[in-house]
Amino acid sequence: MSDTKKPNGINNLSRRAVLAGGAALSASLFTPKMLRASDFPTDVVNTTGLAVTDTTVTCGILHSVTGTMAISETGSVQAEKLAIEQINAQGGILGRKVEYIQEDGASDWPTFAEKARKLLVNDKVASVMGCWTSASRKAVLPVFEQHNGFLYYPTFYEGLEESPNVIYTGQEATQQIIAGLDWVNQTKGAKSFYLLGSDYIWPRTSNKIARKHIENFMDGCKVVGEEYYPLGHTQFNSVINKIRLRKPDVIYAIVVGGSNVAFYKQLKAAGIDPSEESPIVLTISVTEDEIRGIGGENVDGAYACMKYFQSLENENNQEFVKAFKEMWGEDMVIGDVTQAAYLGPWLWKAAVEKAGSFDVDKVREASPGIEFTGAPEGYVRIHENHHLWSKTRVGRAKADGQYEVVYETADLVEPDPFPEGYQ
Amino acid sequence: MFSDYSMSELTAIFAMQGFAGLILFSVFVLMALGLAIIFGQMGVINMAHGEFMILGAYVTYLMSNLFADYMPALFGMYFFVAMIFAFFASGALGMLVEWSLIRHLYKRPLDTLLATWGLSLILQQVYRSVFGAREVGVSIPNWMMGSYPITDLIEIPINGMFVMTLAISISLAVYIMMYRSGWGKQVRAINNNRQMADAVGINTAWTDRMTFGIGCGVAGVAGSAFTMIGSTGPTAGQLYIVDTFLVVVFGGAGSLLGTIASAFSISQAQSIMEFFLSGSMAKVLTLLVVVGILMVRPQGLFTLKLRK
Repeated sequence: MSDTKKPNGINNLSRRAVLAGGAALSASLFTPKMLRASDFPTDVVNTTGLAVTDTTVTCGILHSVTGTMAISETGSVQAEKLAIEQINAQGGILGRKVEYIQEDGASDWPTFAEKARKLLVNDKVASVMGCWTSASRKAVLPVFEQHNGFLYYPTFYEGLEESPNVIYTGQEATQQIIAGLDWVNQTKGAKSFYLLGSDYIWPRTSNKIARKHIENFMDGCKVVGEEYYPLGHTQFNSVINKIRLRKPDVIYAIVVGGSNVAFYKQLKAAGIDPSEESPIVLTISVTEDEIRGIGGENVDGAYACMKYFQSLENENNQEFVKAFKEMWGEDMVIGDVTQAAYLGPWLWKAAVEKAGSFDVDKVREASPGIEFTGAPEGYVRIHENHHLWSKTRVGRAKADGQYEVVYETADLVEPDPFPEGYQ
Repeated sequence: MFSDYSMSELTAIFAMQGFAGLILFSVFVLMALGLAIIFGQMGVINMAHGEFMILGAYVTYLMSNLFADYMPALFGMYFFVAMIFAFFASGALGMLVEWSLIRHLYKRPLDTLLATWGLSLILQQVYRSVFGAREVGVSIPNWMMGSYPITDLIEIPINGMFVMTLAISISLAVYIMMYRSGWGKQVRAINNNRQMADAVGINTAWTDRMTFGIGCGVAGVAGSAFTMIGSTGPTAGQLYIVDTFLVVVFGGAGSLLGTIASAFSISQAQSIMEFFLSGSMAKVLTLLVVVGILMVRPQGLFTLKLRK
């Protein structure tokens, strides 16, 4: 009770102090010294008229906080704000406090393009953290290329893209798929696969890569079914019967959105319990965020192939999870994309400080090779192709909605957005 | 495709697939009944139908939390209480909407489309603000999960049977209300001729409000039941709205029997095609067939014979 009588300011102060403390701790791993703005005069670090002053630098946050996609993008916004707050707590970028202008893409792709133009042309933001679906990224891409903006894009996606104006902090398809298939083949002895997905570009491209890998690179393995359902489809009893008939070792499911919830609930109701592992359920579209909607008891025992799980046991991640919950509430869960979104501001900071400039051309030049040792997922590095080197992990879903990590690649997996032999 | 399988396996699969079709049929009936009452009897195109369903789903979510926190011993039974509350919550909201919005538009039926579409956007954003943008997980009592093995090979989902029972009971209740009660007579009288119904002393304003409320209430119960098989989120109602309109329009507005017949034919066609073709292709073919039939028979499968 006494807590509630405290003036708000004190609560805020203590929360911020804790955040700063946590940030400083993790920061000590990779930024040894505080930079002072006076050592970097504004007319030197900003030659292209970006929103950089002697004390501040402005970036943009562009996600949907209304509409269908708000469900997925909220976590990304939260992670980006956390990263910015932590960066400011340790002195900002080149001694400048990071401020942000947030725009709402409203789950509508033309709106994304319009807001991106507003951020770049009117607000002159130095970089943008944003977009979630591939459709929204494709919509803003021409805007970023025309006005030479710089976007940090957090979602795992289908690949087949490499823009000089985008840093992709999520995995492209091969990073997410191949290691998981090899794992299930080698440790579980799985030979036959049923590919299932929602009917749009990401599941189709991903399953295409999965099929090529299964047929061409995995000995004696075969695909026994491949099938797509419209986005928002809620009745999966027919396909579940088909799966029963074909008896695959693995159901490889890339179902998204509301369909996801329906699929797992109906699978369980039909008597196919993922925890019995006959067949094994392997997915690349269910993060901790989605489990909240599906219900932990319905996916208990399913395997997901991601690069990040909230349950990762390393110091960076423990601090990240703690800080995230301090800022946004104890009952928050953190999925793969949320973590990838958190990397954006940090990678930008590192690139700007390496370049000694906010100019987009210089930041771009400095980006390849940028390392981030403080990432919750562990060490990451930016590849020449603007994607991240990162590890691939397999987690087993538990009834409490968290994943138990059962496998991780020994080395970082090289990003390969245009995989040869998989087209 | 079937040469590799034994006869008993095939029998089992077809039995289960037949049952999958029946479950889909029940889902369609539940979705469409509320809309059929409102669209068929009142001529109001209720684009917010999905959002009334989701209100029922959220009421179920609240009830599940309430029971889990305060009456864990009775948790197995909470679903029935939740469905009753869902009916009254959606029904009350429906009556409020009728009073504040719909009754001003009875002479402009096309405008109800725009008004209720706006209402659906407002409701979605209200859900988002109150319950958060993410989907919520509704815990279902254990006895309703899993499947019931009839033979070694045939397994029937329990929640499917529950949805079927519910669809049959609600259809019966609606039938009795519409065709075997005084109130039903009044509703049908207003549908036939509003002025005349008014003139013979039927309280048309109140009957309209009740009809709209009951239609929305039935949607709420459907939404409550769908927490077992689908998602509960601010925009989840949108997943159902297209199928719902398809069933009602195909069946012929105003005919309860038509709605049920249309739900049956669409669900069977879709479930059979889904089994032999892919999911997306089945959907495309279903829509094509429905559009084709509606071109030949624009009034739908069944129609009321009216003297105009």
